Amino acid sequence: MTATRLALTLTVALGLGASAVAAADKPDPVADAKAFQQFFVRKFPKVAFDDFVNGPYSMNEDMRRQWEEKEQFPPYEFALEAGKEMFSKPFKNGKTYADCFPNGGIGIRQTYPYFDDKEGKVVTLELALNRCREANGEQPYSYVKDEMAALTAYMAFTSRGKRFDIKIPDDPRALEAYENGKEYFYTRRGQLNFSCASCHIQSPGERIRAETLAPALGILNAMPIYRSEWSGMGTTSRRFVTCNSQTRAVPLEPQSDEYRNLEYYLSYVSNGLPVSGPGARP
Amino acid sequence: MMVVMKKIIFTMMVLAVSAGCAQAASEADYLTAFTAAESANKEAGRLRNQWTVTQAALTAAKKAAETGNFDQALKSAQEAEALAKASIAQATSEKQRWKDLEIR
Repeated sequence: MTATRLALTLTVALGLGASAVAAADKPDPVADAKAFQQFFVRKFPKVAFDDFVNGPYSMNEDMRRQWEEKEQFPPYEFALEAGKEMFSKPFKNGKTYADCFPNGGIGIRQTYPYFDDKEGKVVTLELALNRCREANGEQPYSYVKDEMAALTAYMAFTSRGKRFDIKIPDDPRALEAYENGKEYFYTRRGQLNFSCASCHIQSPGERIRAETLAPALGILNAMPIYRSEWSGMGTTSRRFVTCNSQTRAVPLEPQSDEYRNLEYYLSYVSNGLPVSGPGARP
Repeated sequence: MMVVMKKIIFTMMVLAVSAGCAQAASEADYLTAFTAAESANKEAGRLRNQWTVTQAALTAAKKAAETGNFDQALKSAQEAEALAKASIAQATSEKQRWKDLEIR
């Protein structure tokens, strides 16, 4: 009798232990986002929550003043105007970008990227724009700058102030994409052995050479950006590619599964923060 | 005395030539090292974790070999292999270690 009880107790204990391990391993994006946001709020108690979307300007008063002055004549203005014109100009078949997006593509930036259950993958705004072009018989644009940056600048501008609202549907593939994005974010790579988190979690507000590092929270809300370092506009794809190169890692192809998943993760944990793009950075 | 000096000089010359021969890398040495480096870099690519410096070392090896400088070509190829192996080790260890950095 005692032996039976002992065996039963052990079985229950082992079962509970296994459940606890399984629960710890199960992805929980809601808890992740809460912990992620709390980390930054606690680390930077003087920074207003919405201000995290302004990257280094939320961390450095001098930089902020210069940026505010620059915003009188923002360097992304030409791209914004070009993007507006391109967005409304019909394709050769008479259709426009508006035909490819909900609400005619206006004020929808905050819902990208999304998980497409038919494809079983993450779809970013840049990808959706090129797919729209190809579906209408047009050549896709480069993902990193120029036309793509102009188009996304315009679409971001029409969504300014709207809060990121990235959804993770109840689909194991969506959770897997989110988890893979998280893994990419925290994984060290390149000869310099840096992860995205090394700069944007551990060191926001600190300098790396001449640059002040932006916090990861809200970092994509300002995309696309004009960077003085680039002397031009760059998309989210360009940001990822450049970050990888700077760590001496060979960058992946823009819109590779890894980058799409990374964008999904980073956008999700910034849910609730407003769109501020297009942005300008040193 | 003269005979002894001649013997010493001759021996030194033989030694110098032998030492030179032992250090000089051949094209075959370079090709073996280059193939090993390329193979390791390919594996790093499969793990989606190649390093830019590995590619740079491979390119340098090729360039040196084209000019017939097989000593330099071998050195660069060996460096490329070491870098590629380091990138493989990084990718492998990071499969678990990334979790240490995660905010929870």
